[in-house]
Amino acid sequence: MRRVAVVVFPGSNCDADTLDAARAAGSDAYYVWHRDTDLRQPDAVILPGGFSYGDYLRSGAIARFSSVMQAVAAHARAGGAVLGVCNGFQILCEAGLLPGALMRNARLKFLSRPVRVRVEATDTPFTRSYERGDELTVPIAHGDGRYVADSETAALLEAGGQVVWRYVGENPNGSTNDIAGVCNAGRNVVGIMPHPERRNARVLGGEDGARVFFSLEARNATQHAGDMRAVDGRHLRV
Amino acid sequence: MPRASLLDPQGQAVQHALQALGFSGVGAVRAGKHLVVEVQAANREEAATRARAMCDRLLANPVTEDYHVAVETV
Repeated sequence: MRRVAVVVFPGSNCDADTLDAARAAGSDAYYVWHRDTDLRQPDAVILPGGFSYGDYLRSGAIARFSSVMQAVAAHARAGGAVLGVCNGFQILCEAGLLPGALMRNARLKFLSRPVRVRVEATDTPFTRSYERGDELTVPIAHGDGRYVADSETAALLEAGGQVVWRYVGENPNGSTNDIAGVCNAGRNVVGIMPHPERRNARVLGGEDGARVFFSLEARNATQHAGDMRAVDGRHLRV
Repeated sequence: MPRASLLDPQGQAVQHALQALGFSGVGAVRAGKHLVVEVQAANREEAATRARAMCDRLLANPVTEDYHVAVETV
């Protein structure tokens, strides 16, 4: 069982869904308030979606200076797993823990609907239970989801296999190279604009996002049992 | 101000609206932010230096934005 810290900022609104999704995958998930400086020895930290600080100035620009972010940065520097979903992705970019930035959607509309993404990298703590090329349906809910990186950075991301998810079929927001999610060079810090925590059960319309959370436990199972079926017998690929 | 190399959909929307209203000769429009920060400083140079530090640290994102600082005495 992995310890998963879900950080709560003023304006986070996917924190409860994220906590539930991590718990449903078997993790010991708990909240950490943005003013806290102690993450309480997590295996993974998740920055959830929402509108931290009302998205004032720029999405994530103020949240990145929260007390908790120093601890998140230290956890990341030590190689600890960090996932940012939607606003969490924006915060990680603003904090410089991930390259690039997220700007206003190309067609200016706030988009809230399912999209298709392809898993491009499975050597991250949050995608190891997927197979490369898996296509998922997961919802987006963002106004500032256009991933931008200068051409040099984008080329480095592509060459280094740091594009973790890519929109397929349509690019909803005008992101560079159809990028829906990236990781850092160390591959332990990951950001994604769609919401895997909102698609982790059939009753929610599908469970394509569940393996993001199972991946954390799968790593545990793989290390200890060498068999991902060890995780609750849930829908994992062996 | 969003960097010139980046798509600025807000600027484009404003440009189209201006053209639709019949304003002729309207070229590219870029939409940015204007922040007014009151600082206490010994002189204009110090005020500008501090404002630039604020831009680098928080007010502008170097990945997506360029900034310009202008100092006025109040």
